[in-house]
Amino acid sequence: MIEQVDLSQVNWARAQFALTAMYHWIFVPLTLGLSFLVAFFESIYVKTGNEEWKRITKFWMTLFGINFAIGVATGIILEFQFGTNWSNYSWMVGDIFGAPLAIEGIFAFFLEATFFALMFFGWDRVSVKLHLFSTWMVAVGSSLSAVWILVANGWMQFPVGMAFNPDTARFEMQNFWEVIFSPVAVSKFSHTTSSGFVLASLFVLGISCWYLLKGRHQLMAKRSIAVASVFGLLAATYVIFTGDEAAYTVAQKQPMKLAAMEGLYVGEMNAGLVAVGIINAAKNPGDEQPAFLFDVKLPGLLSLLANRQFGSFVPGIDDLVYGNEEQGIVSVASRMERGRQAIAYLAAFKEATDNENEVASQMALQQFNVYKDDMGYGHLTSPADAAPPVATTYYAFHIMVILGTLFPLVFLLALYFLHKETLEKQRLFLFVGILCVPLGYIAQQAGWVVSEVGRQPWAIQGLLPVQVANTNLTTGTVQTTFFIFLGLFTLLLIAEIKIMCKQIQLGPEEK
Amino acid sequence: MIANIYTFYRDGFRSMRVGKKLWAIIFIKLFIMFAVLKAFFFPNYLNTNFATDDERAGHVLVHITQSRKMGEHND
Repeated sequence: MIEQVDLSQVNWARAQFALTAMYHWIFVPLTLGLSFLVAFFESIYVKTGNEEWKRITKFWMTLFGINFAIGVATGIILEFQFGTNWSNYSWMVGDIFGAPLAIEGIFAFFLEATFFALMFFGWDRVSVKLHLFSTWMVAVGSSLSAVWILVANGWMQFPVGMAFNPDTARFEMQNFWEVIFSPVAVSKFSHTTSSGFVLASLFVLGISCWYLLKGRHQLMAKRSIAVASVFGLLAATYVIFTGDEAAYTVAQKQPMKLAAMEGLYVGEMNAGLVAVGIINAAKNPGDEQPAFLFDVKLPGLLSLLANRQFGSFVPGIDDLVYGNEEQGIVSVASRMERGRQAIAYLAAFKEATDNENEVASQMALQQFNVYKDDMGYGHLTSPADAAPPVATTYYAFHIMVILGTLFPLVFLLALYFLHKETLEKQRLFLFVGILCVPLGYIAQQAGWVVSEVGRQPWAIQGLLPVQVANTNLTTGTVQTTFFIFLGLFTLLLIAEIKIMCKQIQLGPEEK
Repeated sequence: MIANIYTFYRDGFRSMRVGKKLWAIIFIKLFIMFAVLKAFFFPNYLNTNFATDDERAGHVLVHITQSRKMGEHND
């Protein structure tokens, strides 16, 4: 028999997963973006034959190597956690995730064993063109490698192309292409990778600004800023479009998440987008309290964002939890009832199968299939459980959007000052450039908080809540490993920052 | 061919500067992950506790259906 699900243990397991994923995500976006910037620098070197560009390429390649080395394999820990803390989830999605993650593993291995080696060891030992090709392959390969993990994450947000097998308790892949090209996976990939390009551009910009402030390596710094600002401006503009697409996809496929992102409790026509606002932390779904202590909204823009149409209806948390007949929204309570039926028929199916009662098992299966789409709701204990933590999702979303709007302006200003040949004199801007490095990381982390906290309570949207996905371990076990990770990650992060800072202090190789 | 590849990697590793420190970090990290964390703290729960896939499927099915019964107490 199963013991009572220990929610504190579930929360510790979630905290551990969040810690590991957020730590892993410190390194990945910089790898994605910096690999392309290094490829650009080297392409200019090959095109011009100017040795200064080679020095620039080698310098940023070294920082890329440091980031890669500290970050490599940190994602593997997530897979450890799947097997131990999330064994039910891991079992149920094994058939869906097996293929993408195996492709990612094989791809990464061959990429790293061949092109990384050529890129780092091949200077002056292979032809210039082969070296450049290797650098580009590392850049393209890193992004392609990210496809698979983002496809897996996209499937958790919007599970398509699969069927639940009640014999094996597994979601089985029915249509590989539907999984790969699901709108959530596509928008997630384009938004996530392009935001990595922005972070890397900010990283190059910030460090170069520091050199300019110190009056060191000025030519290298200005050339680096020129390339990074062009790439960053294009990427940051693209991020705004992919962000708009991602928000539209969320509105269509995960309306509860969108409502939490905007702190929208009561749905409305011509809904306004919150420009600034302070969430009322005491507010709960269904009560009469105001959602905001203070807010400024841009009229109609949320409707436009969510439905591509001014004046359209955007459902709020209350509509989604308690239903809205006029808008054809089914209440969570009624979906919970259907979910309970699904679970009851699943139990009946198992019992009949164990007793080799073919007729009873077929009857139970038939009924299960009627209700199975709401199976996850059957595990909720109250309708309000279907709402994610609103304040966290709301603030993370708005921090990400504000910073995402600021970054193109920073790149634009950098290009303007470069054009005017006054960049090294703009001390305030140079400080802002340095400050943009941590801000870029904050925007990255905020993006993941929106994606993952906004998905709660689901491990798999609508089908599997986190407390059922979780293994029934003791809280102490998970707490112990949480603190081990915290210590390990802190040490590794200190090591990275120290090595990175030392390398930046040293600067590029002497001519 | 194989000798050339070997020489390429050998010379590459020998000529590393900051890379040597990074490789040391990678090896220490992998050792901690696999020889300590994976071995002592992260057993695969289903593989450790159940011998066959049928048993694993049965356990997960019981978990899915029984956890609902537990939840009913909280309604």
